[in-house]
Amino acid sequence: MNKIFLIIQREYLSRVKKKSFLVMTFLVPLLFVGMMALVAFLTARGGDEVTIVTVIDQSGVFAPEFKNNRSVFFNTTKNTSAEEAKKNSRKAGDFVLLIPGNILQGGKPELSSGKKASLTAIGEIESQMNDILRNRQLENAGIDPQTLKNIKSDISLSTKELTDEGEKDSNAAASYGISFAAAILIYLCLFIYGAQVMRGVIEEKTSRIVEVVISSVKPFQLMMGKILGIGLVGLTQFLLWIVLSTTLTSIAGQKLMGSKVETVKTADSTLHKKELPPAKNEKTEDIMAALGTIPVAYIVTVFLIYFLGGYLLYSALFAAVGSAVDSETETQQFMFPITLPLLFTYIMAFGFIANNPNSSLSVWLSMIPFTSPIAMMVRLPFGVPDWQLYLSVIILIAGFIFTTWVAARIYRVGILMYGKKTSYKELIKWFFYKG
Amino acid sequence: MLSVRNIVKQYADHRALDNVSLEVEKGSIFGLLGPNGAGKTSLIRIINQITAPDEGEIYLGAEKLNPSHIGKIGYLPEERGLYKKMEIGDQMIYLAQLKGLSRKEALERCRYWFEKMEMQDWWKKKVEDLSKGMQQKVQFVATVIHEPELIILDEPFSGFDPVNAERIKEEILELNRKGATIIFSTHRMESVEELCDSIALINRSHKILDGKVRDIRNSYRSNTYKIHYRGEAFAPEENQVFEIHSDEPSGTAREITVRIKEGKTTNDALLLLMPHAEIQQMVEVVPSIHEIFIQKVTGNNQL
Repeated sequence: MNKIFLIIQREYLSRVKKKSFLVMTFLVPLLFVGMMALVAFLTARGGDEVTIVTVIDQSGVFAPEFKNNRSVFFNTTKNTSAEEAKKNSRKAGDFVLLIPGNILQGGKPELSSGKKASLTAIGEIESQMNDILRNRQLENAGIDPQTLKNIKSDISLSTKELTDEGEKDSNAAASYGISFAAAILIYLCLFIYGAQVMRGVIEEKTSRIVEVVISSVKPFQLMMGKILGIGLVGLTQFLLWIVLSTTLTSIAGQKLMGSKVETVKTADSTLHKKELPPAKNEKTEDIMAALGTIPVAYIVTVFLIYFLGGYLLYSALFAAVGSAVDSETETQQFMFPITLPLLFTYIMAFGFIANNPNSSLSVWLSMIPFTSPIAMMVRLPFGVPDWQLYLSVIILIAGFIFTTWVAARIYRVGILMYGKKTSYKELIKWFFYKG
Repeated sequence: MLSVRNIVKQYADHRALDNVSLEVEKGSIFGLLGPNGAGKTSLIRIINQITAPDEGEIYLGAEKLNPSHIGKIGYLPEERGLYKKMEIGDQMIYLAQLKGLSRKEALERCRYWFEKMEMQDWWKKKVEDLSKGMQQKVQFVATVIHEPELIILDEPFSGFDPVNAERIKEEILELNRKGATIIFSTHRMESVEELCDSIALINRSHKILDGKVRDIRNSYRSNTYKIHYRGEAFAPEENQVFEIHSDEPSGTAREITVRIKEGKTTNDALLLLMPHAEIQQMVEVVPSIHEIFIQKVTGNNQL
């Protein structure tokens, strides 16, 4: 057992010491934070393009009511003819808004220019005109627009889940988001780290070091050492990403957002502490409340169990594939049956399971060990009975013990076979070899 | 030291080893000979516990082979290999630790061997930065670093230039003098014939010959002699003493190859020759292991 620890240590250190690991570790959070900062920055600043619109209002209803804002400037002062205004606008690159006199009877306004109008500008003009028209129609009907505004209703359903402990707040949208993220993360990581295991096996096989090593340790120890070592690399990377992202986010927040720092900080801290921040507005309060109802520790624990279980299950198969080939290009034929169940669940997860989390197909997918790591993560936020969760985890553990056993039997023969093109028939033969 | 008893190794459609037995004496140098694909590597892998035999047993000393023996065996595989991207020093320590050395011991032994083989500068280098010959040297050190009692070398001299091959040969002999038992596995007999005390010849999964090199060669003597002489060509006349295989000029003299008939001695042959010529040299023709090997292998293959 001492030796398997040595192997884990080597696999772990040789990867963690690599430049690519460091680059990935620092680059990903930087990119992540950079993107967030960019989005925040752009949103805060808004578009800097101002559309100048010359209004020719033949109806006389709209011109006095237009309000200038950041993106649209209405020029209502000039009293020129439509033809002249159009000519000028072509030269200056401005816009001309021609409102016909019969607009109240269904006439259509026109926006003309030498260039295409931006969607923001069109949207702004349309919405202002609609508001003006609507207010006018309300007044004509004898309704005061101010009164109407005051009695405007605003209902959003707050969903409650009935559990043994009583009522529990639940929020379908937030749950959906969390389950998406967890399932995608598991899906990606199974591939990324599984492929690393496979590449490691191929490297040892093609460099022929494997014969030296397995004259000292059992092939099974070498395989498990590699799988566990790379698994630890994965966990280390997760941990560093989380720590770095949170640190960087708060630093970047302070630098870029200035006065908005408080929002970012409090939004961050809610993930760790249970307390709710002083609400900035209703929307954030809703989101915070939704996040607060999701048991983070519970989800993270289940995520880690399914990530590890799924990783052990699949990486053993990846190791077996690696042992059967001489180079990465030959892996195609064996990769297909491994990627198929993952891909299938991935597609099913968003198309079906998320919409029918408790249908019998979803339950089955969350039980079969090849599909359960992704399927169960998607089902989780919608409430999974404890017995199903335990059963699924037990099946997953049995599943990875089984695949590891099968993979180890293929692996121990495969790593010593050089220069032969391997077929499935051969893999089965290897499996039945003695000793 | 090592006793291989009735080993059978069966792969799906072919039998790699069929009832092979052999004994390797403690402190000896043993040659495991045979053409490519004869089963040498299969046997070595079984001795190294990389694979297990289907039948038969192996004893190391008095004990049946078991995982506790891993640290007592050093193995240089035919297909050499090291981690390409790992620093040599780290790699050596890792491999030594896998053989059961503590980190401290491993470090000390590494220092000793790196100095001995004049490769101190390589400690921080990566394998991919070394030449092939240098890699071979590193690999050899990795094989013997844990001071194994039994050293198994598969094609040990392939890939070395003559200077380094000689160097490695010296190291092997020194290890042998210090008490290590050596097994050479090779299909190039001439490279090990002079080194080996005993050999076993394996062909087509069977052991076809084994024993001390001297005894084997003696048993293949055919009473044939080469005689150098000065004088007229010896007329190929019928006689009771020997058959003439050839008689041809050799430099300023001539060389005759004769096979002495049963019951006759070299003296009889000389008596017959002396009246005709001045004898300069008489040498017995003893077949080399290489020739015996060829003879055995081609003979068996024709069956």
